Amino acid sequence: MVEVNLWSGLRKFTDGAEVVEVEAKTVGQVLDALIEAHPGLGPVIEAGVSVAVDGEVVTGGRQMPVAPDSEVFLMQQIKGG
Amino acid sequence: MSRIHVTANVNGDEVEFLADPRETLLDCLRDHLGLTGSKEGCGTGDCGACSVTLNGRLVSSCLVLGVEAQGAEIATIEGMAKDGDLHPLQRKFVEHAALQCGFCTPGFLVAAKALLERNPDPTETEIRFWLAGNLCRCTGYDKIIRAVQDAAAEMRGAA
Amino acid sequence: MAKDEITKGYTWIGTTPDRPDGLDKVTGRARYGADFSLPNMLHGAVVRSPHAHARIVKIDATKALALTGVKAVVTRADLPTGLTGEDLYLQENTLAGEKALYDGHAVAAVAATTALIAQDAAKLIEVEYEVLPHVTDVDEAMKPDAPVILPGCADHSVPEGSAPNVARYIDFGRGDLDAGFAEADVVRSAHYTTEATHQGYIEPHAAVGQMGADGKGEMWVCTQGQWYIRKMCSAVLGTDPAQLRVTPSEIGGGFGGKTTIFMEPLPLALSKKAGGRPVKMVMTRAEVLRATGPTASASMDVKMGMKKDGTITAARVDFRMQGGPFPGASPVGEALSCAFACYDIPNLGHHGWEVLANRPKCAAYRAPGSPMAAYAVESMVDELCRELGLDPIEVRLKNGVKEGTRASFGPKYKRIGLVETLEAAKAHPNYAVELGPNQGRGVASGFWFNHGGETSVSMAITEDGTAQVSVGTPDIGGSRASIALMAAETLGIPYENVRVNIVETGALGVNEPTHGSRATFASGKAMWEAAQGAIKEMCKRAAQKWDIDPEAVTWKDGAAHPAGENAGKFEPMTIKEIAAEMGKTGGPISGHHESTPSGAGPSFGTHVVDVEVDPETGHTKVLRYLVVQDAGTAIHPAYVEGQYQGGAAQGIGWALNEAYIYGQDGRLQNPIFLDYRMPVASDLPMIDTVIVEVPNPGHPFGVRGVGETGITPPLPALANAIHAATGARLRKLPMNPPAVLAAIRAKG
Repeated sequence: MVEVNLWSGLRKFTDGAEVVEVEAKTVGQVLDALIEAHPGLGPVIEAGVSVAVDGEVVTGGRQMPVAPDSEVFLMQQIKGG
Repeated sequence: MSRIHVTANVNGDEVEFLADPRETLLDCLRDHLGLTGSKEGCGTGDCGACSVTLNGRLVSSCLVLGVEAQGAEIATIEGMAKDGDLHPLQRKFVEHAALQCGFCTPGFLVAAKALLERNPDPTETEIRFWLAGNLCRCTGYDKIIRAVQDAAAEMRGAA
Repeated sequence: MAKDEITKGYTWIGTTPDRPDGLDKVTGRARYGADFSLPNMLHGAVVRSPHAHARIVKIDATKALALTGVKAVVTRADLPTGLTGEDLYLQENTLAGEKALYDGHAVAAVAATTALIAQDAAKLIEVEYEVLPHVTDVDEAMKPDAPVILPGCADHSVPEGSAPNVARYIDFGRGDLDAGFAEADVVRSAHYTTEATHQGYIEPHAAVGQMGADGKGEMWVCTQGQWYIRKMCSAVLGTDPAQLRVTPSEIGGGFGGKTTIFMEPLPLALSKKAGGRPVKMVMTRAEVLRATGPTASASMDVKMGMKKDGTITAARVDFRMQGGPFPGASPVGEALSCAFACYDIPNLGHHGWEVLANRPKCAAYRAPGSPMAAYAVESMVDELCRELGLDPIEVRLKNGVKEGTRASFGPKYKRIGLVETLEAAKAHPNYAVELGPNQGRGVASGFWFNHGGETSVSMAITEDGTAQVSVGTPDIGGSRASIALMAAETLGIPYENVRVNIVETGALGVNEPTHGSRATFASGKAMWEAAQGAIKEMCKRAAQKWDIDPEAVTWKDGAAHPAGENAGKFEPMTIKEIAAEMGKTGGPISGHHESTPSGAGPSFGTHVVDVEVDPETGHTKVLRYLVVQDAGTAIHPAYVEGQYQGGAAQGIGWALNEAYIYGQDGRLQNPIFLDYRMPVASDLPMIDTVIVEVPNPGHPFGVRGVGETGITPPLPALANAIHAATGARLRKLPMNPPAVLAAIRAKG
């Protein structure tokens, strides 16, 4: 299981949990599993989020591997100038 | 509106064009003569990207009407290098990385050349005030000022 | 900076050769957006709303169409319906639908045989408006009874009962704020506001577009991202992106403002309606200021607690930002994430509201959101330092983030260089200069994430042994030079033997724009990968000739070499020799790479500014300015310095002068450069720089993006310096002479 850290504003979709455990081997599987477990997260994730795996933002990288001990964070999507 | 026939000398070449009385000199240079090196950044004389000399005087060509160019001698960025040899200012701008996007560069070069023709040894403050009519959003001016200083020094040495 | 101070065994990286496009740009030859023309070309003009908020009752183009030379008029009725989300907002912003939503909002467009006729025709298009109440101020827009801009704009995040113009709500944090504040010796809170500013690129938006009845089209346009233009124009027009070919011109500045579309679909729509004749459209400066770009205005509360020894125990921000009339444009999420990115604070709260207002649709502007956040937070840190008598650099060193620190936005940092910038600032002679009367020094740090993004690059070996690199990220500030330097380093050939081309959409896979400080990072990284492919093939050709295993060949100094004694004894085969024969040894040699690279390393910076404030006029003179920033590895140090200096100058403008000024009527009062006053040469001193190099482990040469961070610290650094000089704390931007004078007088 991979622990995913959500931002606190998402707790209302996860029964108050700020850390959610999902079964996943890639970033894409993390996102899909989150939506499956907590459908309320669907619109948020569809609208675009940034994902950090072990300190590295992997936006757009659904194929990026995630290990059981990876530190995964969902973050506000970041745009640049 | 009927257009007016204008003849002028641009960068040493005799030219003629038909100008709508509402068109600026900048419009005429760019659209009728194909000299697109002078840029329009504001159209109100605030940015200096359209700087040219008109009978030796530095002007914003967006504030001059095309028909006012009748019989005038005009110098633009396209005439700054002579026979393929860059003017020292042009060389120093590249050497000092004094341009980033490069859009304001023609205006700065034309304006700086006019400065050095009047004052071959300007202080930093004199350069900054002379070029205060030219906006650059990329560089913070530092490298532009240094390039002008360096070109001035080289030109004094060569004289 | 001397080359030997910064190179690390590199031949080309760290040197400062002339940029490849330098000659074109000092001779006037370089072609920007408005410099392009085509045979049989028409010229376009746009009709814009003079009202901040108005229902469009009727548009009558009869008189305009009757004018000789007018070929087409388009209104919203000519665009497809049924779009949703950001596509709909882009379409709404391109041409207003039921309502005009801000002063300058496009309502109709016309194409004619000359630009003057098009402008005359635009005046003849009659638009009947029903003027509605409007709101342009962020706090006013958040009131429950404010004029409603976009009914139902709130997304899932907005709590029930919020004001109707709140489109998004964000909150995140950690620890226990109450306990954290209880631990502090001093707890302070304050309110800060910043006005909207414009990116201020000197080149107005310009495009030539051509589209036939078959939906096939071409466009030449000044943009930071040709693929974004293609995608967005196609969405707005309901056409197939693959059938639109977009060629980027040279670009006269962007700073985020040219990552999206404003009028760009209009030449295509007009062209299609005018029988496929190309249409050129160039914005005026007033159109640029009224209807493109700007960044958000912000209303911000900050609360922080500090111990006597300078330890920050807890902090909370509440940011409200308006980003114009459409959701998704305000950078409030980025602002929150950047707010405490420089600090290791155990107890944190972030709350943000995105608010709609009758202002232009915000675009990204250099480190979007970060300068406002820094203004509030770095001002507050300074207020606490002064109250406790602590040195601002020491306090930042004490609380500063480093490798392994958990960032305020969640994950742990990899290798970063904030501490190094603080140490370098402390050691710099500027920090020791003694100040005179009415003079003051300000310090602030700043942060930006940086970004990887979709990237596609190809490299082809030329018949003469040189290399051409095709990249999709337009060169705004010298990235051709930096990519050529990295290519020369990778291949082991001279810098002059590399030609970097910025190519059109048909030549490569999708590339995100030059944004997020990514061009040198992402296109550079992809170039390196592409070069490995070309090198592998060149080694194979040598192996073929030597009749040995390709694995037994290595590449160095621009030539294939036998890997060792066992591989055999052969003279190295140079790139020139391999290239000369490539047609006969297997065909052209090239490499390419497509990815969405991760590994973008954040860049931290610390600025130190000295000012002198005239107590009679309130005018602030910048005496000296120091930028220290981590570049990872400076590929072309002169252009890295240029980014630092340019970012600082923009931040100085934002701090001291620049602001969008709206009248009671909701109209922009300063839409020309005379009144939207950006810094000129005589406003600024030389801008001193220190390039700190803490290599980014996520890039083959250690590059971090350097473009954006530099605009972040100047806002608070100047506020802190003005406070030091006058004793007056300015919590509202811009700090122009009247504002500073009023603050000095209010202090008594």
